[in-house]
Amino acid sequence: MTIEKIIFLVIAAVTLGAAVMVVTARKLIHSALWLILALFGVAVVYGLLDAGFLAVAQVVIYIGAIAILFIFAVMLTRRVMNDTDSQNNQYWWVAAPLSVLLFGGLTWMLSSWQGFSTELPKLTPEAKSGMLKQLGQVLVSPDGYVLPFELASILLVAALIGAIWVAWDRK
Amino acid sequence: MIPLSWYLIFSAALFCIGLYGVLARRNAIAILLGIEVMLNATIINLVAFWRYRNPEPMHGQAFAVMVFAVAAAEVAVGLALIISIYRRRNTVVADDIDIMKW
Repeated sequence: MTIEKIIFLVIAAVTLGAAVMVVTARKLIHSALWLILALFGVAVVYGLLDAGFLAVAQVVIYIGAIAILFIFAVMLTRRVMNDTDSQNNQYWWVAAPLSVLLFGGLTWMLSSWQGFSTELPKLTPEAKSGMLKQLGQVLVSPDGYVLPFELASILLVAALIGAIWVAWDRK
Repeated sequence: MIPLSWYLIFSAALFCIGLYGVLARRNAIAILLGIEVMLNATIINLVAFWRYRNPEPMHGQAFAVMVFAVAAAEVAVGLALIISIYRRRNTVVADDIDIMKW
């Protein structure tokens, strides 16, 4: 049991517990706050996987923007749904075993794949420190992903303008 | 060292928890919260496969960055739709939003 394994297990337990609270909490504002904890756990997992940029992007984009957007949306719509009513629809008892079944199926399918217990490939310290520069170059170089990158920016701008237009109060 | 299987099982569990939220919740915002959890599980998968299978080129992380952008777009449009529906029909319960049901 190395220190990394212990960190991973603790983070995984916290993240999964927070995710369970997200889908079961009675008050929606609590769900949104639990989501922040789950997203932090995922950010730490990115850090464990040597993806430092993604860990920072997770904190900035997911926690800083998306989770706050959720909290605003919950506050804007909170009068309509009483927190004491049932938060689940009439089919929730189908959803629970279906999720467990899917988890079992996924685990079984993955465990029959021969690459399932691949060990971590060693990286030199130079390779690790050069990763951020390499990622930046691959995102904007014509041989890399400049076209998908620009498309993603256009998609984001279009989606945000569309969101403003959809949510605009025209009365 | 952590084997790849731990990350895969972790992300599968996270995905299934999110799926339960999407299927079981009545509130449309809660459904979107479940979708966020599922998206995070898929991004963990992408990053874990990148790190364990082919870490030298950065293609896996570039893919994950694209998924981040799409997730941000998705949540902005989704919440805008919910707020718009809330204004017009005064409900956020997914069962009551049936104007397009034929």
